Amino acid sequence: MGVGVSVGASPVAQPAAAAPTPAQLAERAAARRAAVRRTIESVAVPGGAIVAALVLFGVFMAVTGRNPLAVYQEMFRGSFGTWFSFQNTLQRAAPLMLTALATALPLRLGLVMLGGEGAMVLGGLAAAAVATHFHTPVSVKLAMLLVGGLVGGCWLAGAGALRAYRGVNETISTLLLNYIAIALLNHLVEGPLRDPASLNKPSTLPIGDDNMLGSFPGLDVHWGLAWGLGACVVFWVLMQRTTFGFAARMVGGNIRAALLNGLPVRKLIVIVTFLGGLAAGLAGALEVAAIHGTANASLVTGYGYTGVLVAFIARANPLAALPVAILLGGIGASGGLLQRVFDLPDATVNVLQGMLFLSILLSETFYGRRWFATNVANVANVDRKAAA
Amino acid sequence: MSAATGVALGVIGGAIRISTPFLFVSLGECLTEKSGRVNLGLEGTLVMGAMSAYGISYLTGSPWLGVLTAGIAGVALGALHAWLCSRPRVNDVAVGIALMLFGVGVAFFLGKPLIGPTAPHLPAVSAGWWSSSAQVRSALQINALFVIGLVMTFGVRFLLQRTRWGLIMRTVGESADSARAMGYDVARVRLYATMAGGFLAGVGGSFLSLFYPGSWNEGLSSGQGLMAVALVIFARWDPVRCLAASLLFGGASALGPALQSVGVTSGYYLFNATPYVLTLAIIIATSSRARALAGQPAELRMAK
Repeated sequence: MGVGVSVGASPVAQPAAAAPTPAQLAERAAARRAAVRRTIESVAVPGGAIVAALVLFGVFMAVTGRNPLAVYQEMFRGSFGTWFSFQNTLQRAAPLMLTALATALPLRLGLVMLGGEGAMVLGGLAAAAVATHFHTPVSVKLAMLLVGGLVGGCWLAGAGALRAYRGVNETISTLLLNYIAIALLNHLVEGPLRDPASLNKPSTLPIGDDNMLGSFPGLDVHWGLAWGLGACVVFWVLMQRTTFGFAARMVGGNIRAALLNGLPVRKLIVIVTFLGGLAAGLAGALEVAAIHGTANASLVTGYGYTGVLVAFIARANPLAALPVAILLGGIGASGGLLQRVFDLPDATVNVLQGMLFLSILLSETFYGRRWFATNVANVANVDRKAAA
Repeated sequence: MSAATGVALGVIGGAIRISTPFLFVSLGECLTEKSGRVNLGLEGTLVMGAMSAYGISYLTGSPWLGVLTAGIAGVALGALHAWLCSRPRVNDVAVGIALMLFGVGVAFFLGKPLIGPTAPHLPAVSAGWWSSSAQVRSALQINALFVIGLVMTFGVRFLLQRTRWGLIMRTVGESADSARAMGYDVARVRLYATMAGGFLAGVGGSFLSLFYPGSWNEGLSSGQGLMAVALVIFARWDPVRCLAASLLFGGASALGPALQSVGVTSGYYLFNATPYVLTLAIIIATSSRARALAGQPAELRMAK
């Protein structure tokens, strides 16, 4: 489904002594060319789709009576143009890197999961509850992140288990779980976990200044960014460079082949969905520990849904999710400026995101088209003839 | 009136009032899925329908023109979905999610100036004329769209079961290859089915803004479009069962407000989450790893 796993055209291992025949040389050249082609494609296709969406959004702005160039100029100023706005962008990119993983990792298995929002909300709530209502044997900061991640992980692993053992559609179940998570948050911060002093905005007790995560020295960007970067790198290594990741990608590539090879498909589904939820739960815990200092309705930010978009643009690649999260964090950061300067509604950012999403999905159809490079098989044939 | 009667009345009234958008969206999704395609984006269509209906009703003074516009907006989104999905290698589940975000975004963007002004509402008749209690009468307000929905339920069933078009749609949904061999254009049939489904979902949205809750704001829909998609699975792709399921969901959605109206306020948010929990419980109970679901179009089975 969707993001297929490209089968690497790895050159066949040769005995060291035997000199490669011309045909083998040609094959290797073709494989190299195919790799180059894939690299060009993997940048050009999403890049083209992003440009197309920006053009479309420009037309939309023009039709609704704004100068598109002026809008883009302000968007740049509000996202990357000044040091202040770039720090804001990075601050928003951090949770997006983590919520993107909640969709990207299961996507490698062929599952479309949208539960990042709910896992993030519950992760944040659990972190605040741990910091304010329990004595922890380890440092409070560590306990918050640990418990937040675990709660988020279990939440999505539940949806994964329902998919694996019961065949419940994971897309619908995770969307429903988002609504249920938000209801749980509202119920708990207005009831059992409420800080009596929080009058206008019901919240949990504050976690205390001592337990807040600080910022990078000299910067206005909190340590969550490091967690986001680290998680993306670790999960990239896990998915691309380990046997576990290979097995998971095999499930996504061809589930029948995976079953025939005796892979524990159901266990893989539960573990990978747990890891995705772990990342999203961590995002919620970081928001509480680094920004809000308490859990309340501010946790419902839509970062979960933007994370879905990040995952799809990055084609489920955790490393690609880093620049994409920064791009979308920038779009989000510029929203406030657009509202002030052009009197645009706050939904402007959502319109642009929707267009980006549609454009990226349509671009899937352009992979493997001829204009990127000559057909691989033909190249191999021509080279073989030339060598003969 | 005792508290229990109050709650029961609230739930029954809610079943009639809140079920209408569920009914329209689920009928639309049922139609689309019978042709072998899933449109997860009907939540976006619902919100677009609500916004455009409210805007047109406010500008022209005619709520029915608003309903029609909502339907047309739904057709446009449905056509976009079908076109994108007909491209090779494009994932229809993902397109649905994208259209959901896109539809909601565009509706909030264009609907910003509509928050505040009052638009003419759709007419309703009270089926509670026999009662002297104002509560009973207001609970039994029956909107014209609910009646149209009832007619549509049997209309869609007739279309699917008894007409040539319905047969073609079901053929495409059961086996695209057979339909192609018989000379039918699979992509085109699905295009029409998705457009028709979009029309119904858009009309369902107009009910939200033009009758109940009866104004346009950004919190208008709380996932009804999404639950309706899950509801089609529960209804086994049968329009009449969609009606029954919609009434059940309407009642479940009314439970929170009904309890609150008689003074039960603790756990308000949890009661409001009843429809989501119910949907989840239902899809868990009705799903099965081992066997295919009765009534499910075979083309969808392969997609899973």
